[in-house]
Amino acid sequence: MTLVLRRLPLLVVLLAAISAAVFGLTQYLPGDPAFIAAGGGDATPEMIEHARVRLGLDRPTWVRYLLYMRNALTGDFGRSLVNRKPVIQDLRAFWPASAELALAAITISAVVGIPLGVLSAVRAGRWLDRLITPGSVFLGSMPIFWLGLMAVLVFYRMLDVLPAGGRLTVGLTPPPPVTGLLLIDSLFARDPAAFADALRHLILPAAILSVISLAMIIRVTRAAMLDILHEDYLRTARAKGLGESRVVFKHAFRNASVPVVTVLGIQLGQLIGGVVVTETIFSWPGLGLYAVTAVENQDYPAIMAFTLVTTVAYVAINLAVDLVYPLLDPRTRS
Amino acid sequence: MVIALAMTLVPQLFTARDPNAIAYLERLKPPSLSHPLGTDENGRDVWARVVYGARPTLTAAVALIGLSLVVGSLAGLVIGASGRHTDEALMRVTEFFLAFPQIVWALALTTVLGRGLVNCVLALAVTWWAQYARLMRAQVLAVRQREFVLASRALGQREWWILLRHLLPNCFSPVLVKATIDVSLAILLLAALSFLGVGAQPPLPEWGAMVTIGRKYLLDYPWYATFPGLAIFVVVLAFNVLGERLRDVLDPTSQLRVRA
Repeated sequence: MTLVLRRLPLLVVLLAAISAAVFGLTQYLPGDPAFIAAGGGDATPEMIEHARVRLGLDRPTWVRYLLYMRNALTGDFGRSLVNRKPVIQDLRAFWPASAELALAAITISAVVGIPLGVLSAVRAGRWLDRLITPGSVFLGSMPIFWLGLMAVLVFYRMLDVLPAGGRLTVGLTPPPPVTGLLLIDSLFARDPAAFADALRHLILPAAILSVISLAMIIRVTRAAMLDILHEDYLRTARAKGLGESRVVFKHAFRNASVPVVTVLGIQLGQLIGGVVVTETIFSWPGLGLYAVTAVENQDYPAIMAFTLVTTVAYVAINLAVDLVYPLLDPRTRS
Repeated sequence: MVIALAMTLVPQLFTARDPNAIAYLERLKPPSLSHPLGTDENGRDVWARVVYGARPTLTAAVALIGLSLVVGSLAGLVIGASGRHTDEALMRVTEFFLAFPQIVWALALTTVLGRGLVNCVLALAVTWWAQYARLMRAQVLAVRQREFVLASRALGQREWWILLRHLLPNCFSPVLVKATIDVSLAILLLAALSFLGVGAQPPLPEWGAMVTIGRKYLLDYPWYATFPGLAIFVVVLAFNVLGERLRDVLDPTSQLRVRA
């Protein structure tokens, strides 16, 4: 708790700085917002001037920043230049798809990566390690947008076992939204057909997205385990007659978990960038695809809202990671 | 890696063809003897474009890391050498820059600056330098209590001279290792940005941009997107392996740990 209180003022300063940076960017966007608001080409100078006063654009920069902050805090990011809807509505509609994709990816990389990292540390220098360690470098060197395309080529075009994109087959009724995550909602709705279909759509994008963090998690888990495997308390545990698997997982891994959790958190943040790319490949209707479409259409309010929201989410994830430490390692509790 | 370097310097050695020569009769031909990797939607030779694509791809990545490294290292040197309060404050500043997810921020910045490879490099460098600043600062703090620094200070040498002459060279090896591995990250990020449409613009033969266009023809003409992507993968792998080797050479303790 004290940790939260201590970090709070810094966090407020950080968030203020981030929003100031995004606000700063909006000041340099091409196009005059007053001109656009006054109706564009037909607007008379008086109409533009009127719109400028109405939008508060005639006021000093710091006043406009405070107005921007007030609007952002109440979820008012302006209207999309393309579909004229409030941007916040779109963000609300699109984020669950991204969350589902990112959570699925981080789950895959944790479930696959941690055991592989542990194994390669326990067998350091032997053939299994010689397979896993270069394998992780290999994975880490993959451009995921290309890997995604290759996966579509193989699993959709050649083998025809998985769909090429989207969240559900067109025509299938989505389960009533509870969490917004299709897998969970279809379980709530007891709709096995929708669950299976959603899973089939999710598996390829999530696997591709997990590749980047998987490589990192294997390496960090391995390094953290190597640091710990020769500690005295492990020898004690072995001397007590505990089985090797109990020693490794119960005693060693618990202590190696701090760096691993750090990496999981950092990777979840890094995934934000990967989500943008993966959603573009698989036409996954989430925030990333929304942002890329907005960039293509020069939809400035949408781009800026996306930038602010994802950056704040990134900061929040990093804070959450910091707060998890004391739970894992009592030594950091003081 | 050597091949990629050679492709960057003298692409003419590898192909006699012009990467921008358009031949509509030869559109989207599969790999053959005359076009080893096939042709694209304008009948341009994909192999020639992959060869010529090495230059923009690699120069942009190296420029990005070079820029971040120089700015970041100097900043880190200053931060590490400054007093406690200044150090504390400047570290908060670097935290601010690290708070931005790179791709998102690059998308936002290129919206304002305009698209293109150069603007992507700038957009990524804006946040990337902070990583080097933090690494360099940590090194400076570790090294500046060592005897040889204390000795030269005792000899009355100027502070900036100690910084440049004694601290900088001794702090540099982890920075160099990071830079080598970062070049591979930079290639991936820049290619991803080109793929998203804000990086290199056609007709520049850049690998990421080639994959983007090839994506339209993926299902019927798969060679088009496959080979430029493969080129990215091979070069990135080369830089990663080089970085690992460099780490082993410059920091023998990491080897010992594995053997222990």
